Amino acid sequence: MGNCATMGAVSAASPVEVEPTQTPDEITHVAKPWVTIVWDDPVNLMSYVTYVFTKYFGYEKAKAERLMMQVHKEGRSAVSRGNREEMERDVQAMHSYGLWATLEKAEQ
Amino acid sequence: MSGFVRDRRTRRIVATFIGVEADLLRSLASQVVELLHHEHAVPDTSMDPLEALLEFSGPTTAPEDPVLQRLFPAAYDDSDEAGAEAASDYRRFTEGTLREGKAANAGAVIDALEEAGLPTELSEDGLVFDVELDDATADQWLRAFTDIRLALAVRLGVEADDEGRWADLPDDDPEAQAYELYQWLGYLQETLVIAVTR
Repeated sequence: MGNCATMGAVSAASPVEVEPTQTPDEITHVAKPWVTIVWDDPVNLMSYVTYVFTKYFGYEKAKAERLMMQVHKEGRSAVSRGNREEMERDVQAMHSYGLWATLEKAEQ
Repeated sequence: MSGFVRDRRTRRIVATFIGVEADLLRSLASQVVELLHHEHAVPDTSMDPLEALLEFSGPTTAPEDPVLQRLFPAAYDDSDEAGAEAASDYRRFTEGTLREGKAANAGAVIDALEEAGLPTELSEDGLVFDVELDDATADQWLRAFTDIRLALAVRLGVEADDEGRWADLPDDDPEAQAYELYQWLGYLQETLVIAVTR
């Protein structure tokens, strides 16, 4: 799945490509250029969405609830960040739970 | 039917069902299984017969049925060519697994109801029995409730903040009855989430 982006993520994660002036946060950002987005829908229960975020991602309840509220109020939330393969895996997990999810390139 | 609770002593999750409710839930779960197996993923009928025989991968286009479209949404924004291609690749590699998983979850609901005492043909009036779930099976039930509710919501056209639309329907309207069922499943699911996280 997504062969070219996978290669890109590998080379971005390689230390030789990282500028020495970058902060650790920026390095993480470069190495994890994709996000999983969960979208609001009128069916899924708020309690269930929180349950999925704690169960699958292992998030603390407070974080899971914050992300769930963002989905509910803003219509979408970036719930995880990683390389393209990792995000396809997360999207597949969200689909297995019946949540409406997509992946996209993170805003730089 | 008072919903699911976690038994403090055994730590198992328990609900008491009456026969007709359990029968209804089994029928809805069976319909999900049937739907998942119904629209088969044959990507291209114009394929060479040998090529078609050797084609084991999943579908590359979105399902026709609106319920299946909601159960298997596009993973990428497919409004441009690159996104559409990525969505099609994702679908090829995931949809078969996702379909099997969803069918297994609905099957787990049917199995648990029957093991708990729901006969193949419900004839007895006043049948009441307890369904006991461990945490792994409860997770399957939660996913199955979601898929059943998504299916009903798509068929009914449920939208955000549309409670008024359903309240205005006469009681004997089939849509009102289906909506009541949808709400009952939502209530059951809510009690199950609370029981699982307790």
